[in-house]
Amino acid sequence: MEFFRYLGANTRESFTKLGRGSYFLIGMLAGISSVLVRPHLILKQMHSVGVLSFLIIFISGLFVGMVLGLQGFYILSRFGAEETLGVMVAASLVRELGPVVSALLFAGRAGSALTAEIGLMKATEQLSGMEMMAIDPIKRIISPRFLAGFLSMPLLAALFSAVGIMGGQIVGCGLLGVDDGAYWSQMNAAIDFQKDIINGVIKSLVFGFITTWIALFEGYDAVPTAEGVSRATTRTVVNSAFSILGLDFILTALMFGDN
Amino acid sequence: MDNRGHHPNQNSLVSVHNLTFSRGEKKIFDNISLEFERGKITAIMGPSGTGKTTLLKLIGGQLFPENGNIMVNGRDVHHLKRDELYTLRKRMGMLFQSGALLTGMNVYDNVAFPLREHTHLPESMIRSLVLMKLEAVGLRGARDLMPNELSGGMARRVALARAIALDPMMIMYDEPFTGQDPISMGALVLLIKSLNTTLGLTSIIVSHDVYETAAIADYIYVLSEGKVVGQGTPQEIKESSSEWVQQFMNGAADGPVHFHYPAKEKYMDDLLHCDKSLFSRKRLFGEKPAKRRRYS
Repeated sequence: MEFFRYLGANTRESFTKLGRGSYFLIGMLAGISSVLVRPHLILKQMHSVGVLSFLIIFISGLFVGMVLGLQGFYILSRFGAEETLGVMVAASLVRELGPVVSALLFAGRAGSALTAEIGLMKATEQLSGMEMMAIDPIKRIISPRFLAGFLSMPLLAALFSAVGIMGGQIVGCGLLGVDDGAYWSQMNAAIDFQKDIINGVIKSLVFGFITTWIALFEGYDAVPTAEGVSRATTRTVVNSAFSILGLDFILTALMFGDN
Repeated sequence: MDNRGHHPNQNSLVSVHNLTFSRGEKKIFDNISLEFERGKITAIMGPSGTGKTTLLKLIGGQLFPENGNIMVNGRDVHHLKRDELYTLRKRMGMLFQSGALLTGMNVYDNVAFPLREHTHLPESMIRSLVLMKLEAVGLRGARDLMPNELSGGMARRVALARAIALDPMMIMYDEPFTGQDPISMGALVLLIKSLNTTLGLTSIIVSHDVYETAAIADYIYVLSEGKVVGQGTPQEIKESSSEWVQQFMNGAADGPVHFHYPAKEKYMDDLLHCDKSLFSRKRLFGEKPAKRRRYS
């Protein structure tokens, strides 16, 4: 009996939270128009959300690419197809690893920072104070951050893929002796702009949207205490990771499922 | 004594009628009515946890009452459209207990913030306005400091400069004296009084600092358990016959408000009562079985 009560209470809580989250999303999207006329607000946030995530994305991309080079070479050389290493590295990065891994890193680096920042602003009454100054905190604080996250994500994913491809080249061509020209020309011939690159960009836009939304909402909805903010930050990372991986499956099925 | 009590007064800027508000089971306000006269300093006093801050949030339209209404400058705060409420709020300053300064910007930008958001004034004029407001609170020299470099009293003065930046008709002070050293306390008392006179403001002070508040207030309401237990000028309050008001004003430890939080068992029984088994569930795990927690 206790179990059913627990289940019922949790379900109800989840649905009310989903409702609050959707309401928040509508307000956030409605606030975008007023942000667009003040681009310096977005630029400032893009610096803290995007530019400051540059290093972690760069280093992770490099190593992921280098590992792909090693693993790919090992498998492909069994079929005598080392020349197609470039295709393998580029396809896996552009289609999957670029958007997914950079979104996971983004959730850990920028998402958690956003949640903590908004949660602390709430705890120190800054949001409430802004409301009393007749300034809508959703328009002034949330919407610029959302737009910044949404726009930064595909750029970071593109950076991740580009650096990864170079990492693959360093290992494949530099250490393992794959021909440089073959690496690039095979890649050039096999990767399709529409099918691979555009689909990858769509993925990262979706991930950017969902991650930034979760991060901002968790911060805004946090219990305004030290413990509340810490729990909200954890939830941001956990829920973002679930959403990214779950949505990745759905998107992949929709994009590449028919062949 | 009760010459304005429950009848709306022509001269009131803010009037609260039959307000009821609860948090969960607890009634924070039980059908109270208050009047705040124009140009005067009115204080709301009472022990911690009587919902004094809640009252300010209700007046500011951040919370909704269960019953009753609140009129500010002749308009019912809780029946305004969002735009109208925001227009009204531009004329209501509020000083939060923590100051609520934006931690990402320095003192100057904090004071300039409402001006930049609400007006299209050129930067040179904003500069003059900000410096005037900072000069009024004595912190023109601190304009380049960040909020984390300010002491509590300075942060509150900066917040005060920000609250008067748009030249409001009223200011609500939330516990302005709490946790201040005697010097900043004196500075704040002086500031509140002088701003009220020079700017022709209407001030609402929520506080439990008896002496400081009584020194500058024109009228005082004493609240307890959701009711108004005393009201009048500071002199009338000091001479009040209510035991409750006397206990509060004199800071007596026991009186109508008991020193002891109500306990279920008598003290003796409680001491003598001892759980028989050394390894009982109660002893090992506390009173209740631990609550289940979610995964995150």
